[in-house]
Amino acid sequence: MLKNITLGQYFPGSTFVHRLDPRTKLLIIVVYIVALFLVDKIAAYLPVIVFLALSVAISKIKPKVLVSGMKPLFIIIVITAIINLFFTSGEPIFKLWVISVTKEGVRAAIFMLLRISLLIMGTFMLTYTTAPMQLTDGLESLLGPLKKIKVPVHELAMMMSIALRFIPTLIEETDKIMNAQKARGADFETGGLLQKAKAMLPLLIPLFISAFRRADELATAMESRCYSGGDGRTKMKQLSYGSIDAIAGAAVIILLAAVILLNTFGV
Amino acid sequence: MTPIVKTEGLTHLYSPGTPFERIAVQGLDFQAMKGEFIGIIGHTGSGKSTFIQHLNGLLKPTEGRVLFEGEDIWSSKTKTHGVRFKVGLVFQYPEYQLFEETVYKDIAFGPKNMKLSDEEIDARVREAAGFVGIGEELLEKSPFDLSGGQKRRVAIAGVIAMRPDVLILDEPTAGLDPAGSAEILANIKEYHRGMGSTVLLVTHSMEDAARSVDRLLVFSGGHIVMDGTPPEIFARADELAVIDLGVPEVTKVVARLHKLGLDVPANIYTVEQAKAALMKLKGGAADA
Repeated sequence: MLKNITLGQYFPGSTFVHRLDPRTKLLIIVVYIVALFLVDKIAAYLPVIVFLALSVAISKIKPKVLVSGMKPLFIIIVITAIINLFFTSGEPIFKLWVISVTKEGVRAAIFMLLRISLLIMGTFMLTYTTAPMQLTDGLESLLGPLKKIKVPVHELAMMMSIALRFIPTLIEETDKIMNAQKARGADFETGGLLQKAKAMLPLLIPLFISAFRRADELATAMESRCYSGGDGRTKMKQLSYGSIDAIAGAAVIILLAAVILLNTFGV
Repeated sequence: MTPIVKTEGLTHLYSPGTPFERIAVQGLDFQAMKGEFIGIIGHTGSGKSTFIQHLNGLLKPTEGRVLFEGEDIWSSKTKTHGVRFKVGLVFQYPEYQLFEETVYKDIAFGPKNMKLSDEEIDARVREAAGFVGIGEELLEKSPFDLSGGQKRRVAIAGVIAMRPDVLILDEPTAGLDPAGSAEILANIKEYHRGMGSTVLLVTHSMEDAARSVDRLLVFSGGHIVMDGTPPEIFARADELAVIDLGVPEVTKVVARLHKLGLDVPANIYTVEQAKAALMKLKGGAADA
């Protein structure tokens, strides 16, 4: 059951979107998010949706995968929308006891729903089409200038790649330990909150121990391969911008312009 | 007599309805009687792990039924939960599931989940520890202070303490040195003899299988392709070779001698048998 988590998963491919330089994709995501948050007219969502739909179509990621990846966050999205729906003051269109739904509330709820969904789907597109290693390489390169002010960029990037690398491993491990304890009659499903929390101990303790063991083993393996941090370290795969990056960059600038334009003249 | 465990047309699909859909096992019909010692061999991905996880209700069959003492284990929730105590499953590398402060408490985890009385739990913990050769002096130690082999035995004791009618072990000797694995196999045999329960042993080692079991199942591609006594199975060396499984080394040696014209039986599969046959050939008694 845990195997169905697609958060942060990468779907290999060789489409236009996959081949983009990870730095380009990271910058595009930043611009995409800025554009998304600039939207204050409903029509201005149109270019954002079109941009996302286009990238989904080009990258051949199945829309179903994108939607199922949202499932764990579904509750958060719904709660946010509901809070906005009921607690925005303004012109009431519906009233029941102390609860009132206002015109502004409906608008705010729709905005929030669209904004969060588009935000999540956009970032999912980034992780779905970029290998974790590429992503951290890109991040390290983009943050490179910060090294001058003594930010340990390489170390941060390395930590991130290790964390990403171990997510599936830990999920698999959790599944295994869970089954082993279930085989001894452990019950993870029934009981109250306190009971459930207690029932997690036989799962969490072995999981932590194994995580520490793995960390230790990994450190030894890295050291025996003479890893000593970022200084003087070269990369096997050099990042380089190409013409496709220019095209993608142009596309996202058009998106930004369209949003600003529709914000000014739209309804 | 009803078989203690039985599967009827057991089929399991992983991630059905997604692009990752994969058939793990297909149409398995299997039954085991009380007291049988059954070995399961097959390659990684042949479906043996999936199969054994069905026998105690950890996995639900996509199609087919799993019966314990003639009753469907999925007919009610309590039955599914209850069968976990009757069919004890020891996973691969079980030492990674230890979590309690003391060895005693860890072994008691299963019996405690069975809601037994304290005296009963105490008796079972000591009995199980005895079966796997964990001495009294270790019971109050932290399981994390033990050696690898000891940890493995504590984990096995944790399942044995539930006194399962069927004990299933997934490669209990993986990663242990020869002395450690021989010891664990001896512990398992003792449990089998002492409790008269059914034991299913998943193994990669033909030698282990040959030495311990009375019946062997060979898995390949999600099917049971062979089912018989070790001599029956090892007599089919050519078929085993097709699915990349070998026969024990000693069987190869004796088969070669047989081919060269020596008067030795071709279906020998333990060193002891080979020794006896060769000594007989020499005309002496088998005691040298």
